[in-house]
Amino acid sequence: MFHQIGEILILGWRTLGVGGQIWKQRRKVAEQLFEIGNASLLMSCVLSLFIGGVLALQSGPVLAERGLASVIGQLVGLSMCKELAPVMMAILIAGRIGSAMAAEIGSMRVYQEIDALRTMNINPLTYLVLPRIVAIGLALPMLVVFSILVGWMGGAMVASFNHEIAVPIPLYFSNLKDAVDVGDVFNGISKSFVFAITIGLVSCQQGLDTIGGPRGIGRSVTKAVVNSIVLILVLDYFLTRILLYID
Amino acid sequence: MSAPQQTQTGIRLDVTGLNRSFDGRPVLKDIELHVEPGEIFVIMGPSGSGKSVLLKHLIGLETPDSGEILIAGEPITDPTVIDRYRTAMVFQSGALLSSLTVGQNVGLYLTEHQLKSPDEVKEIVRQNLALVGLENVEDQYPSELSGGMKKRVAIARALIIEPQLIFYDEPTSELDPLMATLVGQEIAKLNQRTGVTSVVVTHDRELALGNADRIAIIQDGKILLVGTPDELRNDPNPFIQEFLLAGKIPQTTNDTRL
Repeated sequence: MFHQIGEILILGWRTLGVGGQIWKQRRKVAEQLFEIGNASLLMSCVLSLFIGGVLALQSGPVLAERGLASVIGQLVGLSMCKELAPVMMAILIAGRIGSAMAAEIGSMRVYQEIDALRTMNINPLTYLVLPRIVAIGLALPMLVVFSILVGWMGGAMVASFNHEIAVPIPLYFSNLKDAVDVGDVFNGISKSFVFAITIGLVSCQQGLDTIGGPRGIGRSVTKAVVNSIVLILVLDYFLTRILLYID
Repeated sequence: MSAPQQTQTGIRLDVTGLNRSFDGRPVLKDIELHVEPGEIFVIMGPSGSGKSVLLKHLIGLETPDSGEILIAGEPITDPTVIDRYRTAMVFQSGALLSSLTVGQNVGLYLTEHQLKSPDEVKEIVRQNLALVGLENVEDQYPSELSGGMKKRVAIARALIIEPQLIFYDEPTSELDPLMATLVGQEIAKLNQRTGVTSVVVTHDRELALGNADRIAIIQDGKILLVGTPDELRNDPNPFIQEFLLAGKIPQTTNDTRL
């Protein structure tokens, strides 16, 4: 694990070194962005709607019993933007996009396509890794903003239509607006950016490290997803500590 | 990355004292080769003799344990060498990028190094595909092509670099005899037309004896002999005679890889 973290950091450093060539790779960044959006937008919408809804469903009746039903907007609002949206979206992207990245780069490695790039004096970092890291670094924060908004809607619907909670939508959003400020949303966005770079680097590193044919590709995909999720959860703890300290 | 200077002259390749082991097992032993500019130099040997590993070292994809590889007298380890001299490789599998169309594959070098406008790239790609006998395949994907067509696309992709030194890894494997002859002729024509230095790794005797200026025979990771096709035909070494003339390829003594 530590050996892999070292390799991921080295890959990150080397990718940073070719970062100046990103303008030349803008078309590939756009293609990757389209692929990420296309593959995950609908899924993230459904996921976020139900996360917001479940959050309201679980906490609403308990709060209502204690006469605190009106703070449900605050609870759903802060939970979604500070924790649930960034973490859940990162896990979704690790499974949906990170696996695809590891599989594609892994198969290119196994079938000598990366060697072919090198013989054409095309740096695989510039051609393959950089556009993917930049695309995922842009896409995940955008997806998180979308997820926060949809999650708030899910919470609002359940809070309003569930007879045990019965908080009107205007009251829900007024409470949410009082409790959540731009800094809280930025908190989630900054977390998601770190998660995105982590997923991108882990997946590309696993892809580049692939050996041994189709079985090797399968192994790389599994490792990419598992390692990404473990790192997301570990990093989430430390990022939360740092952000709480800054707050 | 700077665009390489466009010249058409072949360059010299020298290998001295090259050694490489994998997991303690020596695969290349004290390899010594000197390839003259503009020469078609064939490296022949039975399966598992270390030909492909040697080729990977020559193109810079593997690093030797000891020894030196010089391109035009300069060590391949110098990162600027690959910028200053144009080298290309035709892989055994073709190694075409499966996510790109044939046209995008062939034009990749020009596109990525931004050497030509998109319209010029299209035209050059069409011309290079025509050179290897392919027409109207630009929009197809590699998965839609036969083995022979993939190999010819790979040659077209290498040609677009206008290489000074070109490496072929088993260029006629998996091809029918007619297509193998065509590929052999293509290698010779390219050599005459541009003066490129060609290093061909193969165990196809027809290709080697019909096209090579010189042939190196490799056995168990060691160079057994370097000579012209005629010198090899007249060599008394039974291994070489069996390899060149007998109906079957002899097996190496300590290597069972396919």
